[in-house]
Amino acid sequence: MKRAMCLMLLTAFIFMAGCGTTPVRKEPEIPAKRPVSEHVKPDVTYAIDAFDPWEPMNRHIYNFNAIFDNYVFLPVVQAYEFVLPVFAQKGITNFFKNLTEVTNLTNSLLQFKFVKAVNTFGRICINTTVGIGGLIDVATLNDGIKREDEDFGQTLGFYGLGPGPYLVLPVLGPSSVRDTAGLAVDSLVYSMMMSQLIAELGMDDTNENILNYSLTGLYVIDKRHTEPFRYFKTGSPFEYDLIRRLYLIKRQFQIDN
Amino acid sequence: MKRFSWILVFTLLLGSTWAPVGAYDYPIKDPYAATIAGTPTELEPSLPESIDYELLGLKVFPDRPMPDVFWYQREFLYTLSYQKQAAPLIFVIAGTGSSFYASSMIFLQKALWQAGFHVICLSSPTQMNFVTTASATCVPGNIREDTQDLYRVMTKAWEQVKGRIKVTDFYLTGYSLGASQSAFVSKLDEEKRVFNFKKVLMINPAVSLYTSARILDGMLLRIVPTQSPEEFDQWFKEILGGFGRIYKQMGQPPLDHDFLYDVYRHLLKTGVAPRQDNMAGMIGTVFRLASSNMIFSADVMANYGLIVPKNSELGSADSLTDYFKVTNRVSFIDYFNEFLVPYFQSKNPGLTKEALIESTSLRSIESYLRNSPKIVLMDNEDDLILAPEDLAFLKDVFGSRAKIYPYGGHLGNMTYTANIHYMIDVLKN
Repeated sequence: MKRAMCLMLLTAFIFMAGCGTTPVRKEPEIPAKRPVSEHVKPDVTYAIDAFDPWEPMNRHIYNFNAIFDNYVFLPVVQAYEFVLPVFAQKGITNFFKNLTEVTNLTNSLLQFKFVKAVNTFGRICINTTVGIGGLIDVATLNDGIKREDEDFGQTLGFYGLGPGPYLVLPVLGPSSVRDTAGLAVDSLVYSMMMSQLIAELGMDDTNENILNYSLTGLYVIDKRHTEPFRYFKTGSPFEYDLIRRLYLIKRQFQIDN
Repeated sequence: MKRFSWILVFTLLLGSTWAPVGAYDYPIKDPYAATIAGTPTELEPSLPESIDYELLGLKVFPDRPMPDVFWYQREFLYTLSYQKQAAPLIFVIAGTGSSFYASSMIFLQKALWQAGFHVICLSSPTQMNFVTTASATCVPGNIREDTQDLYRVMTKAWEQVKGRIKVTDFYLTGYSLGASQSAFVSKLDEEKRVFNFKKVLMINPAVSLYTSARILDGMLLRIVPTQSPEEFDQWFKEILGGFGRIYKQMGQPPLDHDFLYDVYRHLLKTGVAPRQDNMAGMIGTVFRLASSNMIFSADVMANYGLIVPKNSELGSADSLTDYFKVTNRVSFIDYFNEFLVPYFQSKNPGLTKEALIESTSLRSIESYLRNSPKIVLMDNEDDLILAPEDLAFLKDVFGSRAKIYPYGGHLGNMTYTANIHYMIDVLKN
């Protein structure tokens, strides 16, 4: 199942990459009236600049993500929103937010941010019990305990590792080499925890697998459902550049806090 | 219908208590701060959190080849929010560089829909999607041409939706540049007679496009007087840095043009007293980014060769970062002088720059505006995009059809409760 998905994505990529070949020129190029060579100094780092050595590949993946979003991802999310009542959608969001607190907990501890760790632990206890397995975010009510926002990418940044090359991940979007590594570690911890939890239910292997895959699928849909970003909505031809810069600024801010 | 009359009664009641002269309580008296901060949420009318709308597309020029770099521009997009019963239909035209996704547009969409209108929201002819898919020349800024383009999409949009909604009358409104265009569209409609608008409401229009653009360009110059890329870049870095600070509260990056304003609003809230120069610089930056998007789109589409070499064909994954840097240094007035004027001169050799400036000003349709009781105006005494003689012109031409508020800057008070009530009231009566 997973392998089939990977294969599908890979094929789509190659197809996309093929689309972007340089078209045949009909007339000779004439230099611009305000040429880049005159107005941009190669040795200056501008506000919009970012370390993006794989830019052509990243731009292809960005375009692929927009198409995938349009034809697959968003239609699925819309069907989900149509079928489920709003309170159920909120419950599912809270449920997964409670499960992914494990990321906040481990990474707060790894960065010696004990207040954050204690807060997160408190949130897990309250929401898992009073909040009925995390379906209701009781902890946040009445200016209670706010959710923290830590991950392994930030932990690596905390220990001085820079973002490395900017990277656009298929389906998932903007990232960097550091943050992708972080995401892999967080996902591993999360899936190990999920396997343990599911094992507690005492089902046979087939049912365990079905449950595991269903939860993963639901998690992905919930992720997109809660993310308001839409491709090419900024109205700027420079959307890729702006998103790239803002992503990196946002991550640096998260690491510093 | 019931809700409709209820709102009307409510409006009249509020009107009677708030109408006395001098009772206008919009809280921000500095025009720069008002323009940036807008209206505090608690002073806006209560509107539904979200309303149903349809995102619709039109193939305006089906045979137009789209350059690879704009592969995602497949059709002209607009939104429709409709009533189940027969109702008046209002078109709303966005301001410079804005799409129907702009927060001001969504606000007007909700307010007008709640007041009982079918609402069609149109992006500005200066917005990328409009430039690439719906502009006949792909060179926006010549209001006469932009008006033809607007009228074309309005007619096609109406054809697309008329089977599904029952319409009693047609109305038209727009803000900023969209307000100026509303006046020209209304005049064109007197010849073509497709809509026969019952009322046209202009909100904070530019009288002279050229003058307003020069004022807005000038605001950025107060921050970056030498216009060197390094200086602009330093300023731009500061603005982007502010984004990191608001990220947590906003949850997600709101990447329309309003996002710079959000950065600034946050600074205001955290007690950083912004200097007026900085506020002017912020407004100028927003205008600059909007016009940059427009200039780049026009340059590629018309193969004009201002920033992108003529005859080069940009691919879907080519880097545009360097073009971004160059485009940000081109002001609207540069665009006017180096692109718009020569472009239209090449089509119409006798055209002078002065004639183009004149024909894109409301002064060129003065007698029409003076003698059309259906056109009404809402504006502010301290609107930043008007020169003193522009405001005098508007007061003289519109007379009792002008509602001029004492404060609000440029559009700062558009979503203020009293303003929204006035808008709906004046459209309906």
